[in-house]
Amino acid sequence: MSKRVLDINELHTHFFTDKGEIPAVDGVSLNVSEGEIVGVVGESGSGKSVTSLSVMQLIPNPPGKIVSGEIMFKGRDLVQTSLKQMKKIRGNEIAMIFQEPMTSLNPLFTIGNQLIEAIRIHNKMGKGEARQKAVELLEQVGIPRANDIVDEYPHQLSGGMRQRVMIAMAMSCRPDLLIADEPTTALDVTIQAQILDLMRQLNRDLNMAILLITHDLGVIAEICDRVVVMYAGQVVEEGTTREILKDPQQPYTKGLIRSLPDMKAKNQKLYSIPGTVPKPKVDMVGCRFAPRCEYAFDRCFAESPPLYHIGDNRTSRCFLNERDQREVASHDETVIKG
Amino acid sequence: MTKPLLKVEGLKKYFPIKGGVFGKVVGQVKAVDDVSFEVMEGEILGIVGESGCGKSTTGKTLLRLVEPTEGNIFFNDESITELSDEKMRLLRRDMQIIFQDPYASLNPRHTVEKIIGEPLLVHGMKSAQARKERVKQLLEVVGLSAYHASRYPHQFSGGQRQRIGIARALANNPKLIICDEPVSALDVSVQSQILNLMEELRDQFNLTYVFIAHDLSVVKHISDRVGVMYLGRMVELANKDALYDTPKHPYTQALLSAVPLPDPDDKQDRIILQGDVPSPANPPTGCAFHTRCPYVMDVCKAVRPEWKEVSEDHFAACHLYNDNDQSEEQQKPLMQVES
Repeated sequence: MSKRVLDINELHTHFFTDKGEIPAVDGVSLNVSEGEIVGVVGESGSGKSVTSLSVMQLIPNPPGKIVSGEIMFKGRDLVQTSLKQMKKIRGNEIAMIFQEPMTSLNPLFTIGNQLIEAIRIHNKMGKGEARQKAVELLEQVGIPRANDIVDEYPHQLSGGMRQRVMIAMAMSCRPDLLIADEPTTALDVTIQAQILDLMRQLNRDLNMAILLITHDLGVIAEICDRVVVMYAGQVVEEGTTREILKDPQQPYTKGLIRSLPDMKAKNQKLYSIPGTVPKPKVDMVGCRFAPRCEYAFDRCFAESPPLYHIGDNRTSRCFLNERDQREVASHDETVIKG
Repeated sequence: MTKPLLKVEGLKKYFPIKGGVFGKVVGQVKAVDDVSFEVMEGEILGIVGESGCGKSTTGKTLLRLVEPTEGNIFFNDESITELSDEKMRLLRRDMQIIFQDPYASLNPRHTVEKIIGEPLLVHGMKSAQARKERVKQLLEVVGLSAYHASRYPHQFSGGQRQRIGIARALANNPKLIICDEPVSALDVSVQSQILNLMEELRDQFNLTYVFIAHDLSVVKHISDRVGVMYLGRMVELANKDALYDTPKHPYTQALLSAVPLPDPDDKQDRIILQGDVPSPANPPTGCAFHTRCPYVMDVCKAVRPEWKEVSEDHFAACHLYNDNDQSEEQQKPLMQVES
């Protein structure tokens, strides 16, 4: 088994607003190993983006705060890391790309300017050398005419090209972990196919771990090795891509997969989960999915189901899986020593 | 045989680009460039394409919310392109639209009752009591409750807001509804609820939809026939099974193969198109797709392919099908999306 790059344990990120405390991330544990692509899937409000921002320590404070839990990255707990240290890690060891490539680039500076800045923050390099490196990076992510593009402004590029620039920037320091938050959501399908292809290629060539956040199960099936399903701030199921898509255990995952229109099936009525995602609250009683669940019974409304380990890296948060429970070995020894 | 409810002939919409000191017109964005199709009564016609292909502009010109530059639109055999504003306003009782963003398309200062009641008032239902009754009825039709009428849009979730948008469109018993990306802002589990609702309503009220979306699996699910647009032009139009099983146009083939399917066993070879969609202000000569087409020939760069029937009820605009010689057509290296 390869080494763990990222290991999140019982993370609680809460937002303190006028309307009270909102537990956006409520006890999330997940891990990513070297060279692995792990997908986090969930609907809006499930806490998947807050989880990724917590890893980068980018939660706006106030109102947000990591209340408890640890985020182990290469043997060091990021929650306890100072801001100064964190700045060195961001971009250098962990890089992040966002959904909207237009808002992530500064419209007033050329692509080259922004890339060179990113490169020079983390490497001792002259301007000329950094520029050379910027052109190389652009070529690496498949941008044609990289030598000219480097002097162009973000508005001169299309959405797909901008996302490539963001990936080039993220790649500039060869990070150990790339967090991609809905990287293809704003893109068209033909462009999405190009970007996913590029990410898989970088993952293979550089053995870089990727944490991919998405709502699209199609994207998950396309490039992820493992999947973590989130619902209302909690992990509800985890497994390999095949296990999750072919043999989902938790009723929410089952419903989510069934409610997708199938490109291949002929006219049948679409399954739909009744109701909507609940707003996370403190002290929620019972299973968070129970009000929408077709298998719910009395116990689901009274107590909250724990995450049952039903196999290697395979979990499900449903009382129906209680009998499938297995003993799991402690995973401490696999964590990389920083 | 049902008759066409909506017939579009050679529809064009060019937006001028103004530039220079005097604001002279220096160019044109050909958002919709010679599109023709028919929609039968009770049918759902899907229109798919990537962003900037002109699908939304097409939808808006059908209602003349955007005035077409050229071309003819017939609704119930009546040409609507020349109608006066007043006549058009009366006609819109029969033609309604549902927008993509349920957050932007509902006035945040109005109650749901006012939002849904407004089209009733505009089209002559003067009695406040009658409007109230009708609003209640409509809310129940779309799966909300009568007590929601006094609430404001911000008190609803995205899916519920889209239901309000649908109720508003249904208020005057329209015949045709243009649905412009009605589910793309919604989460998957809510999206399926809205799609099911729209199908039920179609059966219940005998509606006709023009369903515009970029999500190919959604369009496949709901439509009877599907048209594919690229850079302002319709490139292929066919019955949905024919289109998804045996796509004819190389762009449709690439588009279908690019969709990631939620199935780990599906490892089909993707046709990954190189490059981006060209700018509609300066579209390529000849076939608009020739810059990215894997089968490009010399003729594609020079001559715009004709829109023609390549097999029964299957239309495409591509030079690969230019001669009607069947034997030759079969030898063409067409990739099929495996099913």
